[in-house]
Amino acid sequence: MAKKMPKTDVVVVGVGWGGGIIASELTKQGLNVVGLERGQERHTEDYYMVHDELRYAVRYELMQDLSKETLSFRSNEKMRALPMRQYGSFLMGSGLGGAGVHWNGQTFRFLPYDFNIKSATIERYGKNKIPAGMTIQDWGITYDEIEPYYDKFEKMAGISGEENPLGGKRSDKYPTKPMKHSEQMKMFKKATENLKYHPYTVPSANLSEAYENPDGIKRSACQYCGFCERFGCEYGAKADPVVTVIPVANKTGKFDLRTHSWVRKVLHNGDKATGVLYTDVTTGEEIEQPADVVVLTSYVFNNARLLLNSKVGRPYDPSTGKGVIGKNYAYQVVKGAATGYFDDQKFNNFAGAGALGMVIDDFNGDNFDHSDLDFIHGGYLSLTQTGQRPIQNNPIPSDSPTWGKEFKQNSLKYINKTLSVGAMGASMPFQHHYLDLDPTYKDTFGDPIVRMTFDFEEQDRKLAKFTAKKASGILKEMGADKIDAMEELGPYNITTYQSTHNTGGVIMGADSETSAVNNYLQMWDMENLFVVGASAFPHNGGYNPTDTVGALAYRAAEGIMKYSKNGGMLA
Amino acid sequence: MDKEVISLADDKNKEQAERERLSRRRFIKNSGYAVGGLAVGGVLGGVIPWDTDEKKTNPQTKNNKTTNFTHALMNFSQNEFKMVEAASERIFPKDENGPGAKELGVAYYIDHQLAGSYGLNARDYMQPPFFHGEKVQGYQGRLRRKEIFRIALKEMQNYSQKKYKKSFANLSAEEQDAILTDFAEDKVNLMTVSPSGFFDLLRSMTLEGVYSDPLYSGNKDMDGWRMRNFPGNQMSYSDIITGDFKEIPPKSLREHM
Ligand SMILES: Cc1cc2nc3c(=O)[nH]c(=O)nc-3n(C[C@H](O)[C@H](O)[C@H](O)COP(=O)(O)OP(=O)(O)OC[C@H]3O[C@@H](n4cnc5c(N)ncnc54)[C@H](O)[C@@H]3O)c2cc1C
Ligand code: SF4
Repeated sequence: MAKKMPKTDVVVVGVGWGGGIIASELTKQGLNVVGLERGQERHTEDYYMVHDELRYAVRYELMQDLSKETLSFRSNEKMRALPMRQYGSFLMGSGLGGAGVHWNGQTFRFLPYDFNIKSATIERYGKNKIPAGMTIQDWGITYDEIEPYYDKFEKMAGISGEENPLGGKRSDKYPTKPMKHSEQMKMFKKATENLKYHPYTVPSANLSEAYENPDGIKRSACQYCGFCERFGCEYGAKADPVVTVIPVANKTGKFDLRTHSWVRKVLHNGDKATGVLYTDVTTGEEIEQPADVVVLTSYVFNNARLLLNSKVGRPYDPSTGKGVIGKNYAYQVVKGAATGYFDDQKFNNFAGAGALGMVIDDFNGDNFDHSDLDFIHGGYLSLTQTGQRPIQNNPIPSDSPTWGKEFKQNSLKYINKTLSVGAMGASMPFQHHYLDLDPTYKDTFGDPIVRMTFDFEEQDRKLAKFTAKKASGILKEMGADKIDAMEELGPYNITTYQSTHNTGGVIMGADSETSAVNNYLQMWDMENLFVVGASAFPHNGGYNPTDTVGALAYRAAEGIMKYSKNGGMLA
Repeated sequence: MDKEVISLADDKNKEQAERERLSRRRFIKNSGYAVGGLAVGGVLGGVIPWDTDEKKTNPQTKNNKTTNFTHALMNFSQNEFKMVEAASERIFPKDENGPGAKELGVAYYIDHQLAGSYGLNARDYMQPPFFHGEKVQGYQGRLRRKEIFRIALKEMQNYSQKKYKKSFANLSAEEQDAILTDFAEDKVNLMTVSPSGFFDLLRSMTLEGVYSDPLYSGNKDMDGWRMRNFPGNQMSYSDIITGDFKEIPPKSLREHM
């Protein structure tokens, strides 16, 4: 028999950005919140030895321990799904702050178009523009409705930036000025202006200047140290849940944070959640935590997995397209990029910050005409300077050998003479891309792991070719002497890092038939259960997800407050 | 310290080291041990210091430098070590830009990594059942890295004996390249391990040993970093981020202690 804890107002499962925001907002307003996090506690002092590429970037010190839990993958239903035994394509967070500790901090809003993608596409290009099997849908919220929550997240995190000339309307400017412009960024800016595009500075959670946020949290400015993505920030300059929202929740005295607590099931009775069951991983003890409201903030994969393992909601069936849990898994198309080699210039490529860069949105969303193109949406094109660390960055021209004397010479020669223009291509959902439970493989507690069925589609291949061509064009204008660009996207491969921008599985919408949660991220099928994270995205836009994850978390927190007062469905 | 001072100091160290090396050689010769063409087996072979770094850093005679006690083996046999040293040197050879894998201590790095959690795949999912997968699904074997090395090195030795009648470490550079190429391109027929999988692992670990913080026993004296102007562990680049390229002498994590 599991040990039973006293009932709380709200239990939060996973304490990353999603869990941290929910906890801080609700405790500030007087609710008692229990936060269950499967990983360890963390502090800024833990990062005084963090400038270690091997330990953190190559051996994934801060990421989920795959020996305890992973997922399985297959390209299609005919293939046998096999576990992702080692890291590659994406890196799942674990421990206090989740992936928010080791993210880059590139903090983009989605475009107004993203929120009504289906109706906008049909309106401009007609029904036939959407190919068979592509299951896009409107999000059940408009850009104007989500805008105040974006603003809230950006002020909490202190985002440094300047307005996107092609983005949605902002109610206020960014709270801190844009990051410094390096030589590389200046070259990108000039080239894209020459090409009549609309460059702007990447909005950044690496603070450009000292800042105090509305919760009274003070943080110092970024030092451009070059150890940001995959690392924690030893200065507290990078906004992460550990230095922003979690201390705010702790200060209220109403937040009961329990690390090493691995949630295994949502408990329920009829159509109400009654709490969660978790295991204390240090003792193996099973513990029941009753609560009036349950909030899943355990990232895309575990949000879907917990629902399926707990038999909550209607599992998705890819053959009929019916059911919702696991539906519309989507990803990102980032390989449509190009690299330029500059014979006579040398850059400080070792320096940088996780979110330092310049970007254009001229080929994102529906900012350009798709009439003659056989894909929808697009992506941003950017030059980012995140700090080229030496193990993982050995740029060599595509026709040169990958080991031996010539390799060594080229990699030494080009390391500070190479610049890349990358693309963050949007990812559209398809009926046959989804998440469900693996029939064979289990986690460390014997619970089924998630199974992913996903591959790149024609849409992705066309999009990648398109962005690679544009990226080459920009590098040419920047004066590169030689350019290597992606030629064919190839199949989706789980072994090479692409982005940790997984989306879908518990998607939002206006219609309970085709979505799992409403626009407060409240489950249609269980009104006291909220599911927060990029799992709610019905498709993935041409941007990094976290600004939108944060905005939706603030929206959900507002919904939970309303629900705790009045009950009932909120939308 | 600026760059010139460093290289001057280095030259001095080198002179000293060379003197010591010669006197050691003499010792070996004089004591009558069979060296040169003759194979020296067992423990005896092991205790005779060849070109290893240890003898360059004798604590008594060295100006300020102490013995690098991490240059000993936790995982490999001495023969395996020699093969890894030779193979990694072919992947990242010494040239006019600076030292290669051997001088940088890469084989020690690999030895130490394989002895620890990485060699045991401690943070990888190793649960059965094991099935042969598609390329896009990644590694699906049951062997751990430590075991892959042990088996693959043995196979490499056999292959080398078969092809050239010599052990891998004693082959010419060209012959070693040919063997490594056959492994890299899966031209060797092995039952238990994937030749190219092993080669890729060896290549990536070689680069790790060249470029990781010297705390891991590779990247000796930060020369891997110095060759490519990587400043290692600096607290801040605020001053240079907006400027032109700047050469900065590297610092290691040691400075944080
Ligand atoms: C290297 C890297 C770089 C990135 N860069 C960017 C960027 O520049 N811009 C951007 O927008 N996004 C970026 N991201 C993505 C960003 O980190 C995520 O979008 C964001 O952190 C998601 O927040 P979350 O709270 O939904 O999930 P997470 O941060 O993953 O938090 C979920 C938490 O739940 C816990 N958990 C999971 N299951 C359980 C369970 N069963 N019981 C208890 N606890 C559980 C986990 O341990 C974790 O702490 C990056 C990600 C990575 C890995
Ligand atoms: S680059 Fe800036 S924000 Fe990132 S870790 Fe370094 S100091 Fe912190």
